[in-house]
Amino acid sequence: MPELEINGGRYRLEVAEGATLADVLRDEIGLTGTKVACHEGHCGACTVLVDGTPTLSCITLVHRLGGRAVTTIEGLRDHPMVESFVRADAVQCGFCTPGQIVSAVALVESSPEPSTEEIRHRMAGNLCRCGTYPKIEEAIRTWRD
Amino acid sequence: MARLIRTEKEVEGRFEEVWLVVDEDALEQWGEGAREVVGRPAAKIDGLARARGEALFTADVRLPGMLHAAVLRSPHARARAARVDLAAALDAPGVRGAIGPGDSLSLSDQANYEGAAVAAVCADTFAEARAALRLIEVDWEVLAPLLDADEAVARGEFLDVRSSERGDLERGLAEADVVVEATYRTQVVVHTSMETHQSVCRWVGDTLEVHISTQYVWGVRANLAEGLGIDPDRVRVICDYMGGGFGSKNGPDDHCFIGAELARRTGRPVRCALTRREEHVAAGNRAATIQRLVVGARADGTLTALGGEFVNAVGWSGWNTFVEGPMRTLYACPNVRTTTHGARLNLPPMKAFRAPGYVEGTFGLECLLDELAAKLGLDPLELRRRNHADVEPTEGRSYSGKNLLECYRRAEPHWERRHEVRARSTATVKRGVGMASQVWWGGGGPPSYAWIRVGSNGHAAVVTGGQDVGTGTKTALAQIAAEELGIPLEHVTFAVGDSARGPYATLSAGSSTLPSIGPAVRAAAADARRQILDLAAQRYGGNAGELALDRGSIVLAGGERRPLEEIVGLLGDGQILGSGARGPNPAGMQVLTFGVQVAEVAVDVETGEVTVERVAAIHDVGRVVNPLGASSQIEGGIIQGIGHTLSEQRLLDPATGKILTTTLDSYRVPTIADVPEIVGELLDIPDEQLTNLGSKGIGEPPIIPIAAAISNAIRDATGADVRSLPISRAEMLAALAEARLREREREKVPG
Repeated sequence: MPELEINGGRYRLEVAEGATLADVLRDEIGLTGTKVACHEGHCGACTVLVDGTPTLSCITLVHRLGGRAVTTIEGLRDHPMVESFVRADAVQCGFCTPGQIVSAVALVESSPEPSTEEIRHRMAGNLCRCGTYPKIEEAIRTWRD
Repeated sequence: MARLIRTEKEVEGRFEEVWLVVDEDALEQWGEGAREVVGRPAAKIDGLARARGEALFTADVRLPGMLHAAVLRSPHARARAARVDLAAALDAPGVRGAIGPGDSLSLSDQANYEGAAVAAVCADTFAEARAALRLIEVDWEVLAPLLDADEAVARGEFLDVRSSERGDLERGLAEADVVVEATYRTQVVVHTSMETHQSVCRWVGDTLEVHISTQYVWGVRANLAEGLGIDPDRVRVICDYMGGGFGSKNGPDDHCFIGAELARRTGRPVRCALTRREEHVAAGNRAATIQRLVVGARADGTLTALGGEFVNAVGWSGWNTFVEGPMRTLYACPNVRTTTHGARLNLPPMKAFRAPGYVEGTFGLECLLDELAAKLGLDPLELRRRNHADVEPTEGRSYSGKNLLECYRRAEPHWERRHEVRARSTATVKRGVGMASQVWWGGGGPPSYAWIRVGSNGHAAVVTGGQDVGTGTKTALAQIAAEELGIPLEHVTFAVGDSARGPYATLSAGSSTLPSIGPAVRAAAADARRQILDLAAQRYGGNAGELALDRGSIVLAGGERRPLEEIVGLLGDGQILGSGARGPNPAGMQVLTFGVQVAEVAVDVETGEVTVERVAAIHDVGRVVNPLGASSQIEGGIIQGIGHTLSEQRLLDPATGKILTTTLDSYRVPTIADVPEIVGELLDIPDEQLTNLGSKGIGEPPIIPIAAAISNAIRDATGADVRSLPISRAEMLAALAEARLREREREKVPG
C-alpha cells in the first residue's frame, strides 16, 4: 500500500492497483478541487505538484508515488496566485482553474518573474475553453502585487 | 402589477408570437457611464470559490450510495440493433441495474448516428459499469449512412427548408456594375466544455432531484417533467457551478433520462457522466454549412443584390440555424433572396453553439463583401459604411438602439494600422489587416424574476432560479442590486441554481442572461428600497418619496444623512422582502447588438501557417455593468473563434461516418500560446428603449465576426481567397497556389 504525503498530511492508501492519483484524490480522500476533464493526460485540468513538479494526476498511478509529497489546489488555497487569478478575472467557469493555478505556482516557484514567452510555454499544457488566457497571463505577471 | 400582452419571443433567432404575462416596475434609466457599482470593474464574487477548488460542480457531487452509469452508444453511423441482451452485463461484478431500448426515451434500437444511446448499466464504480458495457450483446444490422449534405438536399432528406425574398434578386443583379459569386464552407466544431455533460439523479418519493451541468435549470425541469410524464414541481433541478456549455447544455440530454430511470429502478442516486471521448461524439456540435453566395453592387459600392443558397448539415436532428440572418439583416440592400436547407444526415445532432448560424453566415457574407470591395477597388470599411442600414431592413422597423456607425468610427485607428502592418511583411511572412461587422440578437426578454431580502445588518441576499455558467452572471446581477440599494457590492450575496428555491429565470444562452434577469434584479432591489424608505419616513417623518438611499445612508428631505443600519437595525430578525420581474421588450422595435472587429495576421507563405497577431473588437451591447467581466467575454469569444477559424475540425471517416477526432489532442482547441493581443472596446451606451437597465448580452457578439476578419486579413496580406474553414496549413497553401495561378493568368493577358 503506497504511503504518501498530501498537502502536508500523511496518507496510507488502500486502493486497487491501477488507481490514478486523480481518482484517489477525488474519490477516496474527497479533495475534489482537482478536476478531471479528459482522463487521458491531454488537458491539464488535473495538474497537481509531486515533489514540486507539475504532474497530470489523471495519468499518474498512485502506487508509483510511495514516499512522495503531493500538493493539490487545496494545499495552495492561501497562495497569492489564487487571489491574483480572481483579481485579474482569470476565472470564468472555473473548471480548469485549479489546474491552471497549480501550473502557475510551479512556474513562479522556478521563475518568479517569468517573461510572456515563458508563461506561454509553461502554461500551454493547461487548456481553458472559456478563453481566460489573456487574464491568466496577467495574473501570473502580477501575482505578487 | 401583472398584465397580459401579446408579444414576440426570441431565442437565438427563433421567434414565436406568444401571450405573455408580464410584470414590470417602471424605473428611471440610470445615466450613462460608471456609477457607484454598476459600470465599474468587479472581480467575480464567486471567483475565490472557483479558484480555490471549493466550488462544487456536478462532477464533484457525491451522494451517499451513489451508483455510476455507463452508456452503450452505437459504434455505427446508421444501424439497427436487432438484438440487445443485457443478461451477462447484469451478472457482472458491482452491477446494480441495466436498461436497454424502450426502457428510457433516450435509448433506442435505431441508431441514426454514431453515439446514439442504445443501452446503459449502473454499478458501484464507474470502472465496473464500463466493464459491464462490454458484456452487453448486440446484433447490429449495419446500414449505409447518408453523410453528404448536398446529396441529402438533392434526395429530399432535409428537416426544414426556408426561403425569403425582399425586392427582386434578378433585377438587383441586372442593376449591378459588379457581381461577385463565391461558395463558402464551414466545418463541424464541437463545444468541448471542460466539464463533460453529466448529471446525478435521485428520487425522493415521487420527486426527482437532479444535479446537472446545465445552462437552463428551468428548461431541464420542464423537459424532464414532460419526458417522464410527471408534474414539473416534482422535478428539482440543481446547478451551483457548471464547467462550460457554450450552447450545448440547454436541455437534460440522454444522460439525465438514463440516470433518472436507473435511479428509479435501483432506488439509489445515479451519476451519469459522459467521458471526454463521448463528449466529442454525443454532446452536440456546430453544424457544417455550405453557402453559395452572390452579391451585386454599383460602382460606388451601393449594394443592389444579395443572394444565398445555404445548406446547414444539421445531422440527424436539431434545428436549421439562421445562417442567412447576417445576409438579410446586416446591410440596407433592396434585393435579397435566401434559401436555407437543413440537411438530415446520419451524423450526431447539432446543438446551439455560441451565436449559432451567425458565426457561419457572417463568415460567408463578410468575406464576400471584401471580395466585392477588392473588385470595386473600394476601402472595405467605406463599403460597409455606405451600405449601413438605418432601419431594420427586413421589416422596416426602427432599432431600439444602434450605434454601428460609431463602432466603425472607433475602428478607424485600428484599421489605419494596415499600412504599417503590411510594411512589416518579409519575403516569406506576409502581414495584413482585415475587418468584419457583426449583427446579432442579444436583447433577452421576459419572463425572469428575482427575489431579494434585506436583513437588519443592511445587507442584501438576492435569489433567482437561473444559473451562472461562468460568465459572471452572479457578479453583474449583484452589482445591479448593490447599485439600486446604494450599498457596497460586498454587502450583496447572490444565489442561483435551484429550481425549488428560487423563481424562474431564463436560460444562459442567446446572450440573453443579463438583459433578461438584470432588469428583474433591479426591480426587486427597487421594491426593497421603497419598503426601506417607507420605514424611514415613518421613523424620521416626512414623505417616503422625498427620501433616498445613497451609499449606505438614508438621505432625508433636508439632505441630512442617517446610516441605513439605523432603520434596518430595527428589524431584528425581521426582513424586508422584495421581488421583481422583467418587463416586455419595446413593441414594434428591433433589438439587436452590433460590432466590428479588425484582425492583423501573419501568413508564412512557405508553410501556410497563419498567426493572428492582434484583434481589435468594438461592440455595441448597451450599458456595460461589469467592464472587467465584459472584457473576459470579448477575449473568450475571440479565442474560441480563432480555434474555429484556424485549428478546430471534427473529422469523419468518409466511408463509415465514424468520428475520428475524439480526444483533446486530435481535436485542437486554442492554447495560451495561440492568443493574439486583444483590444476590446465597448461603446457603453445604454439602450434606453429596451429595459430599466439598458444592457444587452455580450456572450456571443465577439465570436461572430472573427473568422471573416481573419480571412479578410489573409487576403490583404497575400491576395489569396480562403473560403473554407478551418484555414489549415493545407487550405492556406492551396489558396496561395490558386492566387499565384490567377496572378500568372492575369499577366498573360496583354494590355
